[in-house]
Amino acid sequence: MGNDAVFRVDGLRKSFGHIEVLGGVSLDLHAGEVTVLMGANGAGKSTLVKIISGVYERGGGTMQLVGQDFAPQEFLPNTPAEAIRAGVVTVHQNINDGVVADLDVATNLTLDRLSGSGAPTLFNPGRVRREAKAVADRMGLAIDLKARISDLSLADRQMVAIARAMAHQPKVLILDEPTSSLSSAEADRLFALLDRLREHGVAILYISHRMSDIRRLADRVVSMRDGVISGVFDRKPLDYEGAVNAMLGRKIHLDRIVARNSAKPVLTVDGLRIAEGAKPIFLTLGDGEVVAITGLVGVGKTALAETLFGVRKPLSGTMVLNGKPYAPESTGEAIAAGVFLVAKDRADSGIVGDFNIQENISLPFHKRMSRLGVLKRRIERAAARRQIQELGIVCRSEKDEMSALSGGNQQKVMVARWMSQAARLFILDEPFQGVDISARRDIAAKLRASANGRATLLFVTELDEALETADRILVMSEQTIVGEHRNADIDLERLLAEVAGGPLHSAA
Amino acid sequence: MSSGWVRMAAARDHAIRYGFIVLLFGLIGYFAIAADGFVSPQSAVFIFQSVAITGVLALGVTATLVVGGFDLSIGSVATSAMMAAAYVMVVLEQNAVVAVVACLLIGAAVGLINGWLIVYMRVPDLLATLGMMFLLVGLQRIPTEGRSIATGMTMPDGSVANGTFGAGFLALGRHRFDFFIPNLIPVSVVVLLVLAVLIWFFLEYTRFGRMMYAVGSNERAAELAGAPVKAYKIWAYVISGVFASIGGILLAARLGRGDIASGNNLLLDAVAAALIGYAVLGAAKPNAFGTAVGAVFVGVLLQGLTMMNAPYYTQDFIKGVVLVVALVFTFALSGRGKR
Repeated sequence: MGNDAVFRVDGLRKSFGHIEVLGGVSLDLHAGEVTVLMGANGAGKSTLVKIISGVYERGGGTMQLVGQDFAPQEFLPNTPAEAIRAGVVTVHQNINDGVVADLDVATNLTLDRLSGSGAPTLFNPGRVRREAKAVADRMGLAIDLKARISDLSLADRQMVAIARAMAHQPKVLILDEPTSSLSSAEADRLFALLDRLREHGVAILYISHRMSDIRRLADRVVSMRDGVISGVFDRKPLDYEGAVNAMLGRKIHLDRIVARNSAKPVLTVDGLRIAEGAKPIFLTLGDGEVVAITGLVGVGKTALAETLFGVRKPLSGTMVLNGKPYAPESTGEAIAAGVFLVAKDRADSGIVGDFNIQENISLPFHKRMSRLGVLKRRIERAAARRQIQELGIVCRSEKDEMSALSGGNQQKVMVARWMSQAARLFILDEPFQGVDISARRDIAAKLRASANGRATLLFVTELDEALETADRILVMSEQTIVGEHRNADIDLERLLAEVAGGPLHSAA
Repeated sequence: MSSGWVRMAAARDHAIRYGFIVLLFGLIGYFAIAADGFVSPQSAVFIFQSVAITGVLALGVTATLVVGGFDLSIGSVATSAMMAAAYVMVVLEQNAVVAVVACLLIGAAVGLINGWLIVYMRVPDLLATLGMMFLLVGLQRIPTEGRSIATGMTMPDGSVANGTFGAGFLALGRHRFDFFIPNLIPVSVVVLLVLAVLIWFFLEYTRFGRMMYAVGSNERAAELAGAPVKAYKIWAYVISGVFASIGGILLAARLGRGDIASGNNLLLDAVAAALIGYAVLGAAKPNAFGTAVGAVFVGVLLQGLTMMNAPYYTQDFIKGVVLVVALVFTFALSGRGKR
C-alpha cells in the first residue's frame, strides 16, 4: 500500500525554543482514503498540521507530494497560500476562520479567486454567482448562495468552508476536529460529503477525538503521542482500542498507590443529565476518597465539573451534599457550600494576571479574610505563606508576579488557592495540563495526603494521571459515565474499551 | 548580565516609576519661571477649582476602568446634573437639598442604565456610554427648549422663572477656606480630597475593590472564584455616574446658572487624568492616587498655558500629546500592557 502514497512526510521535526514538539514524524496519505489522526492535547497534532499547511516552518525532515506527472516532488510551502496552490488544503478547527461571516455564500465560495494576484479589479456579481454555482454543484452543496454566512448554522458554514477549500481541487484535504461544534445530524451531512470526496480520490487526513466519527470514517488510524507516531492501524477490522492505547500511552507505574475505600458519602449525584440526549449520571463520592474521571476530549468532563460547581445547570437530576439537597445557582453558592473547583486552563480561567501570588491565592476567600469589608492583609499574607510552603511553590516571596513563575508553579498556586480553606468537595479539572512531571508528582502527593475530610474529584484525559492519583477511576463517554474501576488490579483492556466508546473487545 | 545592563534596567524602572511626578514638578518649575504670576494665590485657586471638577469625574471613570470598562458619558452626566440642579432650584423653586438629591439620583440612574446596557444587553462599553452621552446632551436641553437656566428667565410657556440658587448651594462652588493664605482652598477641592481618599481606600483596602480589580484583569477567573461579576460591573458604572453628577453639582455651584455651553471639556480632561494616572508610580493600572495626580497635572498644564497666553485651540492638542505620551509610558515601556 505504501507505494501509492500521494503525500508523504518523513522524519519531520520541530522545536519551539528548546522544547521539541515533533521528534521525527513520518506519515503517508493515500488517494481515496481517510486517515484518522488521534492524539491527546500536546501530542503535536496541531503543530504537524500547521507545518503541512505552511503556517510554521519545519525544523527538519522532508515532505513529498505527488505532482501532475505522478512523480513525487519536494513539498515546501512557505505560506498557507503556497500549500493551497500545490494542492494541500486545510480546514482549521475554528469554523469561522474558514468563512467571512458578513458576506454571502457565493462570495465566500469564490473568495480566493477575488483576492489572488491576477484577480479582476472590478467585482462582477454575475460571474461570481456563476462560478459559485459551479463549485456548489460539484460538491453537491444545497445551500442558498445568496444567504449570508452569519445566518447559516454551524454545519452549513463548515460545508461552505470545505466547499471553498475544495474549489482548489486539492489532492490532500486536512480537517482539524471539524465536528467539535456540530450536532450529530449535522455531522452526518459532513460525513456524506467526505464520502463523496473519498470516491473522487482525495487523500483525507482527519483529526478528531470523537470515537463515533472515527468509527464512521476511518480507513486507517494513526496515533500520535509526545511528538512521534506511536501506532499505525490499517488492518481491517480496525483496532480502535489499540489506537486509543497508543495515543494515551501506558507506562509502568513504579509508585503504585494503595487504593482506599470510603464509607461516608459526601456527594451523591442522582440522574444528572448534562447534555441533550445524554444518559443520566449516577455518582457517589466518599469522604477521604480521590476519584478520577477519565475520557477523551469532548465527552463532557468539563461540563460535569462546571455543573457540580454551579457554572451551568443540569437538564435534570438532583444532587445531595452532606445529606442536604445541593443545587447551586452560582459559583458563589457552590463555594459557600464547600465545593471548590480548580478550573481547566489556568491562563484563561484561573490566573488573575495583575495580581501577585498572595492576591491570587486569597481571591475566592476575601469575605472570610475581611472585617466590615476591609481586607486583613496580615491574614491574607499568612495564608499565602503557608500554602507556598505546603505545596513547595518555588518563588522569592508571596509578592512575586504570576508571570515570573514556571507553568508548574503557576498551577501549584491555582491548587493552593483552593486548598487554603477546607473543602467538602474538591474538584480539579485537568490539573496536570502544562505541568512538568515533578510539579505533577508534588500536586498529586499533596492531594492524596490531604484527602481526609473531603471528597476529591479529578477530571483527566491522560490515563496515567488517573492511575497515579486516584483510588477509583470512572470513565466518561458521550456525556455520561460508562464505567467504574477500583484502582487495584485494573482491567485496563476493559477500561480502554470504555474510553474508546465501543462494546467490549469489538475489534479483537 | 553586566552591571551596566542592570543599571540601565534600574534606570528605566525609575523612569517609569517616577517619570510623571518628575514631569509634574518640572512643569510647575517651568511655568513658575516662564509665566508671570503663575506662583500666586489666585492662580492656585484657579488650578484647584478646575482640578476639583475634573478630578471628581476622573475618579468615577477610574472605577469603570478598574473593572475593565470605560465610561464616555461622564461629561454629559455632569452637564445634565448641572442643568437639573438649576432647573430644580430656578424653575421648580425647590431648595438646595432637593437639587443635590435630584442630581445624585440622575447620576445613579444613568450608571444603572449604562451597567444594564453593558452587562445584560451586551452592548460594548464604549458604544453604550457613547450612546448615553448623545442621549443626555439632547435630553438636558428639552425642558428649556435649548436655553440656559438663570433666575428671571422666560420659560417656553411665557411665564418667568423666579427661583434662585440657594446660598448654601452656591457656597459649594464659591466658598473658600483659609489655608495659610486667606481664602485659598475652595469647598470643591475639599470634596475632591474626601472622594479621592474614599475611593482610594475602597479600591486598595476593601474586598470589593480588590474583586473589582480581579474582574478587570480576568473576568472568568473572578467568576470562578465566586464573585458576582455582573453586579460588580454595574456598581462600577453607578459609582461613575454618581461621581459625575457630583462634578455637575460643583459646576452648577460655581457658575450659579445652568449654562448649556459649559462643561464641553470635562470628558477629555477627566479621561486624560485617569489615563495619565496609569503611568504614575509605575502602577500600570487604573488607580485613585494616580488619577488625582493626573488631574493636578492636567490642571497645572491648562493654567500654565493660559497664563502664557497660549491660544485656547492649542490646549486640546497639548493635552492630547501628554495623554499619548502617558499611554506609551504605561503600555510600551513598562511592558505590562500586554498579557
